[in-house]
Amino acid sequence: MSDVGIPLEKRSGCLPGYRSRAGVHDELCDGSGLLRPSWQELIPQLAALGSGELARRRDVARRLLREHGVTYNVYGSEEGLERGWSLDLVPFCLAPNEWAGLQRGLIQRTRLLDRLLGDLYGPQRMVREGWVPPALLHGSSSFLRACHDLQPPGGRHLYLHAIDLARRPDGTWCVLADRTQAPSGAGYALENRIILSRVLPDEFRECSVARLAGFFSGLRDGLRSADPRPAGTPNVVLLTPGPYNETYFEHAYLARYLGFPLVEGGDLTVRDRRVFLKTLEGLRPVDVILRRVDDTFCDPLELRSGSFLGVSGLVDAARAGNVVVANALGSGLVESPAFLPFLPALSRQLLGEELLLHSASTWWAGQEAGRRAALSAPGRVVWKPTFGGMADPVFSEELSGEARARFLARFEAAPADFVAQERIDLSTTPVWTGEAWEPRPLVLRTYVAASGLDSYVVMPGGLTRFSQSPHSPVVSAQRGGGSKDTWVFSEGPVDPVTLLRPGGQVVRLERAPADVPSRVADNLYWMGRYTERLEHQVRVLRATFHRLGGETTHDGHAELMALVQLLVSLGQLPDRFGKEVDEEELSSALLGLLHQANRPGSVRDILVQLRYITTAVRDRLSNDTWRIFQRLQGDGQLTGREVTLSDVPGRLNTLVVDLAAFSGMEMENMTRGHAWRFLEIGRRLERSINLLKMVRAALHAGPCHPAVLAPLLEVADSVMTYRRRYFEQVHLATALDLLLADESNPRSVAFQVETLHEHIEFLPRDRWSRSEPHEERALMLVSELLHGADLSAVSARAEVGEIEELDHLLGRLSEGLSAVSDHLTHRYFSHAVVRAS
Amino acid sequence: MKYRITHVTTYAYAAEVSVSHHLLHLRPRDLPLQRLESFDLVVQPEPTVRTGRIDYFGNHSEVITVEEAHRHLEIVAGSRVEVHPSPPRTRLQSPPWERVAMACRGEAWQESSAAAEFCFDSSYVRRGDGPLAYARPSFLAGRSWLEAVCHLSSRIHREFKFDARATSVSTPVEEVLKGRKGVCQDFAHLMLACLRSLGLPARYVSGYLETLPPPGRARLVGADASHAWVSAWCPGIGWLDFDPTNDVEPGERHVTLAWGRDFSDVSPIRGVLVGSGDHQLRVSVDVEPLVEPPEMAPAANPIRPQSPVAPE
Repeated sequence: MSDVGIPLEKRSGCLPGYRSRAGVHDELCDGSGLLRPSWQELIPQLAALGSGELARRRDVARRLLREHGVTYNVYGSEEGLERGWSLDLVPFCLAPNEWAGLQRGLIQRTRLLDRLLGDLYGPQRMVREGWVPPALLHGSSSFLRACHDLQPPGGRHLYLHAIDLARRPDGTWCVLADRTQAPSGAGYALENRIILSRVLPDEFRECSVARLAGFFSGLRDGLRSADPRPAGTPNVVLLTPGPYNETYFEHAYLARYLGFPLVEGGDLTVRDRRVFLKTLEGLRPVDVILRRVDDTFCDPLELRSGSFLGVSGLVDAARAGNVVVANALGSGLVESPAFLPFLPALSRQLLGEELLLHSASTWWAGQEAGRRAALSAPGRVVWKPTFGGMADPVFSEELSGEARARFLARFEAAPADFVAQERIDLSTTPVWTGEAWEPRPLVLRTYVAASGLDSYVVMPGGLTRFSQSPHSPVVSAQRGGGSKDTWVFSEGPVDPVTLLRPGGQVVRLERAPADVPSRVADNLYWMGRYTERLEHQVRVLRATFHRLGGETTHDGHAELMALVQLLVSLGQLPDRFGKEVDEEELSSALLGLLHQANRPGSVRDILVQLRYITTAVRDRLSNDTWRIFQRLQGDGQLTGREVTLSDVPGRLNTLVVDLAAFSGMEMENMTRGHAWRFLEIGRRLERSINLLKMVRAALHAGPCHPAVLAPLLEVADSVMTYRRRYFEQVHLATALDLLLADESNPRSVAFQVETLHEHIEFLPRDRWSRSEPHEERALMLVSELLHGADLSAVSARAEVGEIEELDHLLGRLSEGLSAVSDHLTHRYFSHAVVRAS
Repeated sequence: MKYRITHVTTYAYAAEVSVSHHLLHLRPRDLPLQRLESFDLVVQPEPTVRTGRIDYFGNHSEVITVEEAHRHLEIVAGSRVEVHPSPPRTRLQSPPWERVAMACRGEAWQESSAAAEFCFDSSYVRRGDGPLAYARPSFLAGRSWLEAVCHLSSRIHREFKFDARATSVSTPVEEVLKGRKGVCQDFAHLMLACLRSLGLPARYVSGYLETLPPPGRARLVGADASHAWVSAWCPGIGWLDFDPTNDVEPGERHVTLAWGRDFSDVSPIRGVLVGSGDHQLRVSVDVEPLVEPPEMAPAANPIRPQSPVAPE
């Protein structure tokens, strides 16, 4: 066929170098090289950008992903917990008429699996009448016996259902798999959309892409209407396994987007067959749980014992009808690929309808007919385990002779454990690799949500995933590859649904997020402590490196020695530096304090701790705050080879500024709720404890010489104040007054103690314990010590070498503050520890 | 035979526990040959919630929740049970074991489908080459099901040493097979793994065993223990119990509490609590015969003392 007469922009040639592969359906262009209609608007626009501009936009997308903290955790990954999420610049485009057909099939499938679950967890008519082989039920570890006869409200099991679709070479779509217990990816799809619509704003507008917000508001409505008890708005929470889960980012992201608190198992408790959220202010009832915890982990009492991810007594609460778990406990049962061959008949039985959307041809080898069909299936097949698990699919024709024999032996020993599925030659879609346009195999994960009783919404599009290389048949985020936004074009004007409230509408005020789960308070407290610890360490090291060149002030060398002494008595440098110092050895030891991993107190170590904690409270931080943290982590990457001595002060200055930006966010942008107070309390306690430690170390480091005191003031950021006030050389008495007792100095111990008093007064009380607030008494004691001390007299004695009294005072102040920390921990955090007996 | 059974479990916690949940399987089943005359459960401190139900396997289970702070928890289950002797097995005709396995591979629903529930892997019982190899010598081609299962039960009794210290609740079957020692629970799990590896349905039975004092000695109160054995299924016969720990036909002296796929389905007491610190556990079981048993001839197989099956 000739291209004559076809406008240039409709030819695939407008993506230079793009060659579709023979034998598969190419999404972009048809057999004659013509762009398919759904791409004709977008592709010429993208091609017109040119590779320079494309590269620039790709960088912007990457930056946005990094700033938004979009990650996907890879199990067993060496390089650490998180891997950046990969998003391709070119969306996957679908025509409206094609989508409309798919949408009907998707909804029918959700209805079907919902009914099937209702039967299998209820009367099991489908098994007795022979539509489902008994072994698929009885042999399944996903069949939760404890949940049999537990009928969820309205008989609804599925609130969110994900369906993986693939396109055959003949252009028809088929289902590869269903995800029914806690489907992932909807949040990533949303994030992809938000980023791509910012990277390609004009293209997005001009193509009139159907919006995703309607889907999410449907999901939210469905969850809110799930609670059968009519009174008021139900309390919905999103239950996550925690930051170590592969898709934790999206849990936090969805929780924030949908406006549900993000909770972990330890945040919830069952009392009197009802589920409650443990908050600092008391127990808050929970009506609906959107869960991302797998079935068997949800309740250590009745399901998998020893699980720390679930809630003890949850099954019983659900059984009592006091809580709705979405998706219902046990929904994972129908994820088994062995159900696929039985769905057409089940659809006729349960819905009285023909199945609209077909599955890839699948054979369960537990039946003789299935076993024979699987072994003699035409074309290539992929073998999957019948009852899930993380086992890899097996491509038997790719196995070598011996491995193949081993596989066949395993198969023949227990054919019921295997399912064979037709191996689809996946359709391909263009991916911009940065240098070239390549066709990559794709799988489209679609989402159906229940938006009310027997009403459903389908996410227009979904999460498109493509494989790592043009020839790899495996599309999995765990094994590399990437993702795309999916654009379904709308025929009419775009429905402007957004989860942002339309103007002019009366809005009900919601202040519920004031509830702070105890675990969150715990993490925020430690976030405060680690941020402050980091700042302190950075300041100490900056003061030290600053003097390392020796040219700064005339007292520079003496001050450097004093700082080294200080670090020695703080236990951060080996004792030998206390006696004599080899500059080179010293520099490398000091660099170690910056970048050594697993060295308690090194800047790197504190950053790692901080990252863990911050990740755990990701959903409590604004995007700007998160961005500052990401920058801080980036700026803090001080790996050994990169850092030279001359760089260090500059890098440390940057860190100080990043930290100031964070405390600025903390002071100006955070609501004064308990979350903020715990962050503040952590910061204040850490600051005073560090300051006391440092003063004490200085005391032991040598005589109370100005060379010791000046850097001390510098680290405590009090040099300016001191100079303005005293116009003189530094003396111990005046320095101590400024650092310890001066309530107007925001760096002094007295200021921290005063602030702590205020915060602690505001904390909720009397709910957890009848005993007196110990932390307040301990803090009182610190105040009294501080105010009762005659600092000038003690300093005078210390200046002539009698340091015992001052040392004793500093010691008691430190102990008092540690006691405050212990009492707070005991009262507000540690009651949440769960243990199996 | 009538018994009064007292099963006392006490927990002492090192630190205060604010909430505890326990799932109990402590109420004996009512069966054709076993009648439950009375049952009562006393928990100290008084639970806020007690919810009883019949579970998936037809056992009576109960969830108790204590919501007041406590350092001590006592669960006392008292039952009166009458157990009738089972008919002798000598006249039972059973098909070759292979036919039983075939019957349970059914592709559509039939009588054996209910038993098929117990053919697959469960938390503590995994089919595998180890158990299969161990079972083979008992399951000779064409041997009757009953003969083969009895043979297996006797071999386990003979070839494994009873050793309460060798294993814990979570010791895997493969390890028991290697070490050749364990307690009743381990032997039951091993036998289940053997039978299921052959495709034969078998379930775990939790219960009590009346132990006899050594000749001339008085019965010791509280010295008895929870016990576990195996029940296997054959078409035409139904479920038959086997006790690989003692190599006896469970009968009048075995009191059935509950059954399931393995211990995890029927653990007498399973608890989760909120609190920190350690705990100490004491279990005492007393199986008291209510009528003096008639003078018995010394058993051919003296019944071994049992070790308590610790709750999870």
